[in-house]
Amino acid sequence: MVTEPEQLRTYECDGLTNFRVVPAAVVLPSDAKQVQEIVRLCDRDNVPFVARGSGTGLSGGALPVEGGVVISLARLTRILEVDIPNARVVVEPGVINSNVTAAVAPYGYFYAPDPSSQSVCTIGGNVAENSGGAHCLKYGFTTTHVLGLEVVLPDGSLVHLGGRTLDTPGYDLCGVVVGSEGTLGIATKVILHITRRPEVIETLLAAFNSIDDTGAAVSAIIAAGIVPAAAEIMDRLSMKATFAAVKHNYPDCEGLLLVELDGPREEVDELVRQVRDLCTKCGAFEIRVAKTEAERLAVWKGRKAAFASMGRISPNYIVQDGVIPRTKLPQVLREISRMSAEAGLRVANVFHAGDGNLHPLVLYDRRIAGQEHRAEELAAAILKLCVRAGGSITGEHGVGVEKRDFMCEMFSEPDLDTMRRVRIAFDPKGLSNPMKLFPRPRLCAERQGPYVPHPLETAGVAEFF
Amino acid sequence: MISNSLEVFEPATETELAKQLARANADGLAVLPRGGGTKSDWGNPPERADLVLSTRRLDRVLEHAAGDMTVTVEAGCTIAKLQETLAKQGQRLAIDPLWPEQATVGGVLATNDNGSLRHAFGSLRDLIIGVTVALPDGTLARSGGKVVKNVAGYDLPKLMVCALGTLGVITQATFRLHPLPAFSRALLFRAPGIDAANTFILGVATSPLAVTGVEMRASSGTEFAAVGVRIEGSVAAPGAEALDAIASACGTRCLADADPAWGDREYIFSANDSAAACKVSVPQSRIADCCRALDRTCRPAAPDRLAWSLVIEGVGVGWVQVVASDVASLAANLPSLRRELAEIGGSLGVLRGPPELKGQVDSWGDVGDALPLMRRLKEQFDPSRTLNPGRFVGGI
Repeated sequence: MVTEPEQLRTYECDGLTNFRVVPAAVVLPSDAKQVQEIVRLCDRDNVPFVARGSGTGLSGGALPVEGGVVISLARLTRILEVDIPNARVVVEPGVINSNVTAAVAPYGYFYAPDPSSQSVCTIGGNVAENSGGAHCLKYGFTTTHVLGLEVVLPDGSLVHLGGRTLDTPGYDLCGVVVGSEGTLGIATKVILHITRRPEVIETLLAAFNSIDDTGAAVSAIIAAGIVPAAAEIMDRLSMKATFAAVKHNYPDCEGLLLVELDGPREEVDELVRQVRDLCTKCGAFEIRVAKTEAERLAVWKGRKAAFASMGRISPNYIVQDGVIPRTKLPQVLREISRMSAEAGLRVANVFHAGDGNLHPLVLYDRRIAGQEHRAEELAAAILKLCVRAGGSITGEHGVGVEKRDFMCEMFSEPDLDTMRRVRIAFDPKGLSNPMKLFPRPRLCAERQGPYVPHPLETAGVAEFF
Repeated sequence: MISNSLEVFEPATETELAKQLARANADGLAVLPRGGGTKSDWGNPPERADLVLSTRRLDRVLEHAAGDMTVTVEAGCTIAKLQETLAKQGQRLAIDPLWPEQATVGGVLATNDNGSLRHAFGSLRDLIIGVTVALPDGTLARSGGKVVKNVAGYDLPKLMVCALGTLGVITQATFRLHPLPAFSRALLFRAPGIDAANTFILGVATSPLAVTGVEMRASSGTEFAAVGVRIEGSVAAPGAEALDAIASACGTRCLADADPAWGDREYIFSANDSAAACKVSVPQSRIADCCRALDRTCRPAAPDRLAWSLVIEGVGVGWVQVVASDVASLAANLPSLRRELAEIGGSLGVLRGPPELKGQVDSWGDVGDALPLMRRLKEQFDPSRTLNPGRFVGGI
């Protein structure tokens, strides 16, 4: 247990550093039983608690609560079981994402979800946030690969959800807990599905003269019925930042498209041909295919370094995580560029284009008066733009504390109330990671929006409630 | 079936459906939601039943966004009609459930009926990205969205999959789609025994081939097992030779291209006064053990002999018909089969069976330490137990 003020500061924030709260205490249990004991005490004394993995989250999901306890799962790092014939791995929540792949790679398998922070982030954190990554376009998200969970509920009881086999009878509570951002309990054991490594992986880089054309190429690839393993876009500004950090040798261009195709040899050869054609049709002036595994990894290194390298070109930045329908890419990117010019702030674009998951990085300098505020406004306007385009406020980073008040943009009060019913079933006292995910009531009430009459009102069963 | 004699409500809009549900709930009536009615008897019989709430008229494909590869469809649309609409743009919802001509989107979701395509595309829980449900108090709640990647809020679409209509009535859903393959070929293999078949299945699962379905059939009284394998892709003739190599390594041989009936599992559900159709789920490496468990529990003393017939996907999910001389014999043997499957890490759910059997054997069995939590969830969504009371796990 940590209670020294100086040491507690280590835990005051996660990857979203503009929110900071020093917790009352940090505990580092070493097994599920200890997690259970801690949670029981919290329940007894009504002390809120926040579970924490590596603290790499980007929405403040692991932000401590004032007067609350942070429960670090960093010591639960055992890989408990590797079952190759059934493609299952059982791990504790503190296991690092890339260590799962490392454990099964000798057998020709990999763990598909690959957030950019995979070398440091934990499976427990991935479960909380339903983390994605570049390859979820083809392989799905964390939730696709989590088949079972052992969870300490907020009252300290231990439950087993899902299992090693598919379709265990009962409600799919495993599916509900994944992505619930630590608000329904703490996972102490995770049953993962691992994936057979494909026969061939081909990585293409296509260079375009405009970000519009780059977006159009992605739309064309998806519309042609091709499901790449990954399809990523970077604009000139983000390439500049990553070049400063990792010295990649991407072509000099306004928009870079990175497409990865995998599968059986014949299949991939055909798809590479089709993707080349589509890129050329959309205006690509240079197309490269990585010739060796080393070249392929070098290509990815540039992409995965994107967020971390923004510091090279801007003192501060806000990263957003909105999602839009893939056909709207060119139109939304144009609008973002217009809004960026209007606000007088640079926006770097690097994103999972294949599934329409944008990561606009709003660059600013906190030392210049008013810039931070304008940057926040621009970031908020971009999220609203995504929702208006038929999308979502978050594709993989989670709502957390950062975007909780934007939930009202996407969901009506009855929708949110329905989610609260789930919360109450799991955590009636609201002790598990409070103040996250759900909007603050005050702000939602102030929301200027269309009033949605409750069907009971229109049915004449109830008045207003 | 109980529902045959009940009053049937067929609302034309989801708002009307929500109102009718709210009125019934306020009046203390028990409601049976129904789509195509193909699986209305699955699970436990309802404790109470006052009216049927049918989604038959909610049958529109609301938005097929072909460029985004998503579709939003009303719950009462049949799978066949949906697939026909999607096929016009060269796409499909990658499921192949039972009775597609009658089965509806809502019903297939509520019962989690997938099929062989699951091997490559996952199940409904992986394909659904948004849902609207009417709750017993009349709330129409949306969750998820229309984009393929979205982590805003709780994943309620997953909660509605396989909830058997006990939390709310699904009124519409949004799915991610896949392209129809340019090329598809199914091959039928004959394995000399269940162990060889299981080895073959594992071999196919770990091969780099573009396999989109593996299905084994076995039954009591036959030594050999048949395994169908479907390969799909955008180029012709993908890898049939490689399959032959995997097969011959375990004494299995290719019979022929499979006939169009490959993939049929409807016969497992054929009507019979002393038969039960069950869903089984086992680890894929224990499929042969599943067959042995069936043999052991179904062949006790000679006079009491039971016959079984199994269709099981390579991923370990299957359907078995157990035929006995009478219901008493079924009631005596299904619990021991369930125990044997639990020992190899699996489960058994009784889907269809004679009413006297359902009265004696719980359809779902023990679901473990999460049952109290499931009850609390039911209490939050449906405190009066209006929807399908008693049909689900633990009497929910």
